[in-house]
Amino acid sequence: MRRRVGGVGAIQKQQLAQARFRNKGSEIAEDQLQQMTKQMEVFRTKLQEFASNHKNEIRKDPYFRCQFQEMCATVGVDPLASSKGFWAKMLGVGDFYYELGVQIIEVCIATSHQNGGIIGLDELREKVMKSRGSKKRQEDITQDDLLRAIDKLSVLGKGFRLIPAGNHYLVQSVPAELNMDHTTILQQAEGTGFISLMALRRTQKWGEERAQNALEDLVKEGMAWVDDQAKDEGERLYWFPGLLQDKLVSW
Amino acid sequence: MDRFEWCDGSFQSSEKLLFKIQSGVKLYDGDNVTNFVNGGLTLTNYRILWQSEVSSREYISLQLQLVVFIEKESSGWGRSGKIVVHLIEPSSRKGQTNKGPVQHSPFSFVKFTFKNGGEIDFYTQLNSAIEKREWEQKLLLGKSERKLRTGIVGIERQIQEKQKETDKSISAAFKDLSKLMDMAKDMVSLSKTIAQKIQDQKGEISEDETIRFKSYLLSLGVSDPVTKDTHGTGDDYHKELAKELANLMEKPIEEAGGIMPLSDIYCRVNRARGLELLSPEDLVNACKVMEILKLPVKLHIFDSGVMVLKLSSQDDSILAQSASVLVEEKESLTSDELSRILGTSVVLAKERLLSAEKSGFICRDDSVEGLRFYKNRFLKEMS
Repeated sequence: MRRRVGGVGAIQKQQLAQARFRNKGSEIAEDQLQQMTKQMEVFRTKLQEFASNHKNEIRKDPYFRCQFQEMCATVGVDPLASSKGFWAKMLGVGDFYYELGVQIIEVCIATSHQNGGIIGLDELREKVMKSRGSKKRQEDITQDDLLRAIDKLSVLGKGFRLIPAGNHYLVQSVPAELNMDHTTILQQAEGTGFISLMALRRTQKWGEERAQNALEDLVKEGMAWVDDQAKDEGERLYWFPGLLQDKLVSW
Repeated sequence: MDRFEWCDGSFQSSEKLLFKIQSGVKLYDGDNVTNFVNGGLTLTNYRILWQSEVSSREYISLQLQLVVFIEKESSGWGRSGKIVVHLIEPSSRKGQTNKGPVQHSPFSFVKFTFKNGGEIDFYTQLNSAIEKREWEQKLLLGKSERKLRTGIVGIERQIQEKQKETDKSISAAFKDLSKLMDMAKDMVSLSKTIAQKIQDQKGEISEDETIRFKSYLLSLGVSDPVTKDTHGTGDDYHKELAKELANLMEKPIEEAGGIMPLSDIYCRVNRARGLELLSPEDLVNACKVMEILKLPVKLHIFDSGVMVLKLSSQDDSILAQSASVLVEEKESLTSDELSRILGTSVVLAKERLLSAEKSGFICRDDSVEGLRFYKNRFLKEMS
């Protein structure tokens, strides 16, 4: 008959062995993860090179094009990689600015849940460069390139536009027609009938531009009134006469 | 035919592609036609693979070691070329059922017919592959590998080997374009396994939300985008494009609440089309013909100049009517109240009220408190 393992010593020994196995296991897993991340990087760079060097050949073969796109999707590589080239630089022709337009809108949509569709041009540039990938190509995106690309998008209506703000630009990707921020503001102001920029930013965690823009829209629509009387103590208040109805009765 | 096995189409280690026919290959079990018509045929140094044209995931394979000899069958006028492959009895069944589409077959040979040609090349390549008998080396390799599989060191070594192999196949595939085209399928599955494993251990493939969003958009690819090459440059092109757009965007627009700005459409469509970039002008022109074609989505231009695509089912007059019904229910409504009821934006709600007013369903009370709408009693109760 087999001897049963007994005693504290045996249990401790067993536990120690198990712990060692676990350590080794996570060590191997960690190692493997690193290797795979490396392979992924290689894959990405190669795919990017191919996208920029063999664009036309890839387009010609529909079967291969699908597979190429699938690869780009799985590893997160941007297949649009035309270089600016001489003619694009001089005349703004070619695919470069159209592609940049796609990438710009993509960044705007991806971040709109945070910024309500309003983003500064500098931040936009940073994010576009990151999403385009490889460092080599990053350097050649300037603010002027972005402005040109956005200008080409103006055919798509006023939903996507530049807003000059002092010495910099804001890009608005969600038109007022589809902007839910106004509803949010009205909801927040419901109790008091008024709101200030700071109060709005505090509760909703919005950027200054986003909040300012939405409030101004409401003023333009005639739904909010500006009150600068309290400015000495603090800041401008926005009153909503439509929400005051019940209050007026009780006053 | 009972020697065929299902498989996933990926190559084993040290398996090499020798020859490939894209389409038109039909399989016969002996003299009988099988369900395996219209496929592609791939020859490697170990196997023959047949792949369905309809579903790209359906593969069956035949081990070359089971092949005794092959012969050509004459391909008279109007008939496709045939190759007959004679097979040995599989030696070790061990009472198991095999993992193939056919369990038992009275025939000891199969036939391939080649509707789109290629049988002569296939014949010579297959003959030389059978002569070389490379699968025997593979069996030896397999045995020596198995010895290493002991203890932690063995496991580690095995993982290392595997990683080296992956590195090698990546660098081989990306050597030049034609190589990549040949190995595209393997690379697709390889990239997927790597991405999957990284995701399992680390979460997302990238921290950057734009890159994640990009991946998502790219994965909704269109396999056959409408281009100027295929449909000319005129009216036809825009009409076909309009259909493609409607087809592609109907669901996303529905998910977005029935309305989506044209800029979003531009981005999504171009991502789905991949390298076949569409210009903003062509997009707008295609959107303009949507209404004539009675597609499920159509272009709408707001007074502010904002362009959107919206579901055709959301017709202005229907929306105005539903707004006036709501006004009647609540006695009176402002645009922000309506926006909260409908879950739309304030501006959109106002538009609906204004168009209901235009149709005479409701009328306004414009005061310092803002613009409020009531049921139009003048119209209904006076008459």
